[in-house]
Amino acid sequence: MPWTKVYSNKAEFEKALSENKDLRGLAYKDALLEATSQLLEADETVFVIGEGIDDAGGVFGSTRGLHLKFGRERVMDSPLAENGITGVAIGAAVAGMRPILVHMRVDFIPLSLDQIINHAAKWRYMFGGKVSVPIVIRSMIGRGWGSAAQHSQSLQSLFTNIPGLKVVMPATPYDAKGLLRASVYDGNPVVFIEHRWLYEHMGHVPSEPYTVPIGKAIIRRKGSDATIVAVSYMVYEAMSAAEILKDEGIECEVIDLRTLKPLDAPLILGSVARTGRLVIADTGWKETGIGAEIIARVVEDGFGALKSAPERVNLPEAPTPASPALEKAYYPGKIEIAAAVRRAVKKG
Amino acid sequence: MKEDILKYGLPTLTRKTLIDMYAMMCRIRMFEERIVDLYPEQEMKCPVHLCIGQEAIATGVCLNLRKEDYVFSNHRGHGHALAKGSAMRPLMAEFYGKATGCSRGKGGSMHIIDVENGILGTSAIVAGGIPMGVGAALASSIRKEDRVTVIFFGDGAYDEGALYESFNFASLKKLPVVFFCENNFYATNSHQSARQSACRISDSASAFDSHGVCIDGNDAIEVYKAAQDSVNRARKGGGPSLIEAKTYRWKGHVGPDADYEKGCRPKEELIYWMERCPVKVMREFILSRNIVAENELKEIAASIAGEIDDAVKFAKDSEYPPLSDLLTDVYAPVKETL
Ligand SMILES: Cc1ncc(C[n+]2csc(CCOP(=O)(O)OP(=O)(O)O)c2C)c(N)n1
Ligand SMILES: [Mg+2]
Repeated sequence: MPWTKVYSNKAEFEKALSENKDLRGLAYKDALLEATSQLLEADETVFVIGEGIDDAGGVFGSTRGLHLKFGRERVMDSPLAENGITGVAIGAAVAGMRPILVHMRVDFIPLSLDQIINHAAKWRYMFGGKVSVPIVIRSMIGRGWGSAAQHSQSLQSLFTNIPGLKVVMPATPYDAKGLLRASVYDGNPVVFIEHRWLYEHMGHVPSEPYTVPIGKAIIRRKGSDATIVAVSYMVYEAMSAAEILKDEGIECEVIDLRTLKPLDAPLILGSVARTGRLVIADTGWKETGIGAEIIARVVEDGFGALKSAPERVNLPEAPTPASPALEKAYYPGKIEIAAAVRRAVKKG
Repeated sequence: MKEDILKYGLPTLTRKTLIDMYAMMCRIRMFEERIVDLYPEQEMKCPVHLCIGQEAIATGVCLNLRKEDYVFSNHRGHGHALAKGSAMRPLMAEFYGKATGCSRGKGGSMHIIDVENGILGTSAIVAGGIPMGVGAALASSIRKEDRVTVIFFGDGAYDEGALYESFNFASLKKLPVVFFCENNFYATNSHQSARQSACRISDSASAFDSHGVCIDGNDAIEVYKAAQDSVNRARKGGGPSLIEAKTYRWKGHVGPDADYEKGCRPKEELIYWMERCPVKVMREFILSRNIVAENELKEIAASIAGEIDDAVKFAKDSEYPPLSDLLTDVYAPVKETL
């Protein structure tokens, strides 16, 4: 499938595109925009709400111009009231709408945790299944240019701990479009976390509507020596690491997790059964992060397959620093992933 | 009633409405009192927040509402549900944790739902239901429905930021919402004056370019009139308003006992308010004006008592949820609607 392929850079993608004229290329942000537009077009219960979604920037381009097409009644700017507006969107969802709520930075979500954790995640269970909460909460991880501690967090683990929520983190334009549609029609609260560094990434995206199933990871590269499970932007770093390691005779299998909750444990276990080694590359911190959960699952259900202790590549245990010198040291990438794989291979 | 009949513009209040009003207040009072009686059996294994003393509010408001209008409530929600039309059986069964309960035994008394009667679920996080209520109103506004949402909350919720965020948004979008604050002066054991810089809740409506009134919450007719005003305004597209109704809960914050014995509040305060019992006030009003005869009131009470007997029996006879329910309803089944 051409759209399951991952392109590390624009040149690589443009080369692929020139070789297959039938396929359309689209940036991640435009894939999100197209998905949203098609949802608004086809379904009157869908509406979009968030701070500044109808401004000239349009959430880094991902909602740009939608208000002109669908009106501000359905593409709604919101006051700076993250908890209140999250509750408003949840209430609208319970009352039969399918809101797409946008928090421009993951860092702003903590203000709305009461509504997400105490309300959205509980509302169906607490009332014996009499209602549901079909809401999508989109949010973006920032990075770089001194974004610093309050504009660059990867808080996905706050949500993977909560029954009642689903958490998706698309890495490719194809998945961004398909997962957004799947999330809107899932019927449950879905925390949809994007990464700013993916916004300009190009990939093949069909123009018609389609869904990518929630709960399914995907193997981006086959390999026999180690499994790298990567999240969001780290998928690209993992692919680059796999290239580096190939020259050293180490073949990596790269899994793009795509959904963190529910976790696609079968795919991961199957891969580890073949490779015997496991490395997790996450955009967030290590302690009780998704890597901890993946390792726990593999140990619980696939212990015998492990040839060596798993490795994790995460952010250091500190908030994000602003200085370019420190920032550079803060973020792990292909080098750190490759080193982790080498360690795993060396251990056994 | 302390005011003259003319002040209420009684021509708009039919005999039937007045009797319904009294009957609903009795219904709530007797329902709550039965819980007081039964609670010591320890078969109702969930916290209960009783609204004895505050019956005029749910009653006066909900008499203005249609079945499809939404009501959002809080931990003290039995009265709101009954007033909005909920049957007693599923409520009582829910308090007993039974599978026949309104939330199939998963919610307890703080989490009441009755979708058919416009109750989309009740939050026990103070002020947590307020944004959701505004969201339901947003949904009806986007769908251009002729539906009003009433959000009940306490003076404690007035301390929470969620209220202001929600009020601002409702006012900004002119949503059909009535914010109804039942000011019983306490949040658990903490007095309003210990928590609020200005104890003038209704005044804050003006900050949101909205309409606010402060009324006697123990006078069902006054509540009815104020709510009628606000509901009409909301329905006509006039946006939200805020009603603050002063009242008092007779029992402790939670459970069936009075709390003055524990030193939570002065007994004199309770006596003062018990003399202003909303049910008694209403009863005297309709009797003194020959709107109804004493024996009719007896019939009303007898019929309510029978209904409560039935609900309790139903609840006690019902089964607990099967253990297989433990993991159901966490997620809605995924159905691709396209
Ligand atoms: C966010 C939150 N904080 C604290 C509590 C604990 N709590 C439960 S009810 C209550 C008092 C609420 O007072 P009020 O809103 O006036 O309602 P009332 O109990 O008087 O009806 C408190 C503090 C809670 N449930 N939620
Ligand atoms: Mg109170």
